[in-house]
Amino acid sequence: MTREYIHLKIKRQDNRDSKPYWEEFKVPYKPNQNVVSVLMEIRKNPVNIRGEKVAPVVWECNCLEEVCGACTMLINGKPRQSCSALIDKLPDGVITLEPLTKFPVIRDLMVDRQVMFENLKKVKAWVETDGCFDLGPPPRMNDKDRERAYELSRCMTCGCCLEACPNVNNKSPFMGAQALSQVVLFNMHPNGKMNKEERLEAAMKKGGIVDCGNSQNCVRACPKEIPLDKSLAQLNKDTTIHGILNWLKK
Amino acid sequence: MQKQKIIVVGGGLAGLMATIKIAEKGIPVDIISLVPVKRSHSVCAQGGINAALDTKGQNDSTWEHFYDTVYGGDFLANQPPVKNMCDAAPGIIHYMARAGVMFSRTPEGLLDLRLFGGVKKRRTAFAGATTGQQLLYGCDEQVRKYEAMGLVNKYEGWEFLSAVIDENRVCRGIVAQNLTTMEIKVFKADAVLLATGGAGLIYGKSTNSTINTGSAASSVYQQGVGYANAEFVQIHPTGMIGDDKCRLMSEASRGEGGRVWTYKDGKPWYFLEEWYPAYGNVVPRDIAARAIYKVCVEMGLGIDGKNQVYLDLTHLDEDFLNRRLGGILEIYQNFHGDDPRKVPMKIFPAVHYFMGGIYVDWNHMTEISGLFAAGECDYMYHGANRLGANSLLSALYSGTVAGPSIVEYVNNLDKAKDDVKSSVYESELKKQQEINEKIYRMDGDENPYKLHQEMGDIMRENVTIVRYNNKLKETDEKLQELMERYQNIGLPDKSKWSNQDVMFTRQLWNMMELARVITLGALNRNESRGAHYKPEFPERDDENWLKTTKAYWTENGPQFEYEDVDISLVKPVPRKYDVDARKTKKEG
Repeated sequence: MTREYIHLKIKRQDNRDSKPYWEEFKVPYKPNQNVVSVLMEIRKNPVNIRGEKVAPVVWECNCLEEVCGACTMLINGKPRQSCSALIDKLPDGVITLEPLTKFPVIRDLMVDRQVMFENLKKVKAWVETDGCFDLGPPPRMNDKDRERAYELSRCMTCGCCLEACPNVNNKSPFMGAQALSQVVLFNMHPNGKMNKEERLEAAMKKGGIVDCGNSQNCVRACPKEIPLDKSLAQLNKDTTIHGILNWLKK
Repeated sequence: MQKQKIIVVGGGLAGLMATIKIAEKGIPVDIISLVPVKRSHSVCAQGGINAALDTKGQNDSTWEHFYDTVYGGDFLANQPPVKNMCDAAPGIIHYMARAGVMFSRTPEGLLDLRLFGGVKKRRTAFAGATTGQQLLYGCDEQVRKYEAMGLVNKYEGWEFLSAVIDENRVCRGIVAQNLTTMEIKVFKADAVLLATGGAGLIYGKSTNSTINTGSAASSVYQQGVGYANAEFVQIHPTGMIGDDKCRLMSEASRGEGGRVWTYKDGKPWYFLEEWYPAYGNVVPRDIAARAIYKVCVEMGLGIDGKNQVYLDLTHLDEDFLNRRLGGILEIYQNFHGDDPRKVPMKIFPAVHYFMGGIYVDWNHMTEISGLFAAGECDYMYHGANRLGANSLLSALYSGTVAGPSIVEYVNNLDKAKDDVKSSVYESELKKQQEINEKIYRMDGDENPYKLHQEMGDIMRENVTIVRYNNKLKETDEKLQELMERYQNIGLPDKSKWSNQDVMFTRQLWNMMELARVITLGALNRNESRGAHYKPEFPERDDENWLKTTKAYWTENGPQFEYEDVDISLVKPVPRKYDVDARKTKKEG
């Protein structure tokens, strides 16, 4: 693949309330670039395709190795991390960058994803501990179970699964796979299990598992290949059993 | 009595651990963080965390962990705090595992351990190859619990600008800026903890995240806090050199059996194994980085004639590699393209970690009462070279020390934040607002990002693996030139909303101030010790330089003082890795 220039078409927005607009940039091609490194180049010479000096593009990034989740955006229409979007692997021609659509835009490609952290609070995504003092060795854990849990614990709250989910939208209260998968994770931990019911109750509320439409877009969108479909199926099963047991106890 | 309030700046491992310790005592904490804390740089740590858990039948002990750490650090660390850290390590791992961290387990379900650099025994607990991420998430979850209880308030997307220091040199709060609205605000507090991490961005590209500018540490340095051992910067031997950053290939890859080699006379040459038979590929980072530098730069034997050698895992079982190192293999494959299970990785040393940092006492308080520092931004535990997998430990451990120290400090405070004269807060606020306005008015020809690139280029060139005094002098002159050109910056973006250029331009000045401390600290230290290597002075010189460097800000550049190192537990001996010369017998 040969490019002379990297041609970016970016959906920009000056602030929360202003109208979005498209702006294009051409940056000289170098091998081994990624979308973040091209945006960094633009900062050094913020001139658009029409030769106008403009404000550099605002976007979020941090680790640049796809473990922090910060730099997520729509690249050629697909939600993914811009650090690992290698220019040499994108099709020739214009590369479009847009902010995620399921979260409010702050400026340009930067969005406010606070809702995902709030959802983690709602589902009580933590293990209850007596305190951070030393209480001796932790409970033993079968490494096979540990491996399954580890897969889920790699979720970096990037928002790709919410972006891809048809049921996460303005009209639906659905919180998406990200927080619900964490319910499954904490219910697997030997100590976390002790508060399993509380998390299941939370996941059964409005916006929880009942609002999942089972489109399975989440698992396809996850950059970490977390088996979100299995998490949701497990949660469906666990909440159903929990519901029946509750009913029997009445 | 008024309600106490503590501010923690930085939401990485050290900051969150301290927050847990403080919130556990029922005292409210405000966390100020550039990014949502879950995205802090601690996520990048890969290989593991050291603790003498001894689950491998090797008779490991916390004393040996201590000895390896001070020996690995070329005896520059004060010994008692290091010993306390190593003694506390097993308890910290136990807690993190209870709190949900999915550490890899042995067939019996115990915590598994692997080998790391500079040691002979398996001492590194790990969660796949994303241990830092997993530990950070564990702390993040516990803090979220306290947040849900109303004990913790997070200010994410805020930048620390300066400490509020009263006329008695007591810290009474901070001034911070909201990076979306650009509002500058005073946060009153009874005590402040800085847990703001390293400063890799001073070198342009490094293994660090983009928030690791050292700006906060530099800011308090400019307010009179000492900055210690700045010249000791760890260059990680196995980085994947990129345009935007150098991605790390964990030391765990060597610990698990990876071999480093290049071609010599047409045949693979395992130079670490040849030069350091006692430790082979698991020599400490400074040793490995110098060896790779020597092979590539001095001998011209880099792969394809470039500055790169192979880090080879291809002889190891694929399933084993996926389980133990999956996270980093994924990074290499995603960013390079080749599959490291099948093709050896191409690597070269990269700027990685700051052993030095804010000068603190053993309770992690700076020379300003009420202002504390913990984590990579302090200088305490690693001496002249940090051993792999000790950074996650020192981050967590320093949080467990700083948290209770702060609680004790505020409980004994005679004057609460609300009794402090309002003029103390107002004058610092005004000062920071003026700096902000000055940046907004910058209308010259220089681009801040280009200046940053120039600074990074010369710092990488002259202040990394091999250091020459004439080059260090040249670098300092260049830095001063850049500081002059800084005044002629034209701010690209004038917006009053979410303006990243304002933030970066402010950070850039702070980076330049610290860059001088690093460079001049290196220039002054005429010896070789750990990561600091001068061919003109190749030996360690304990007589003159077994001393902590302390830099203080003045208008004319940093002023240096030197302080004796506490070597009360073990006597310094020559540091060698070619033969097993270590003496581990307990002394005194």
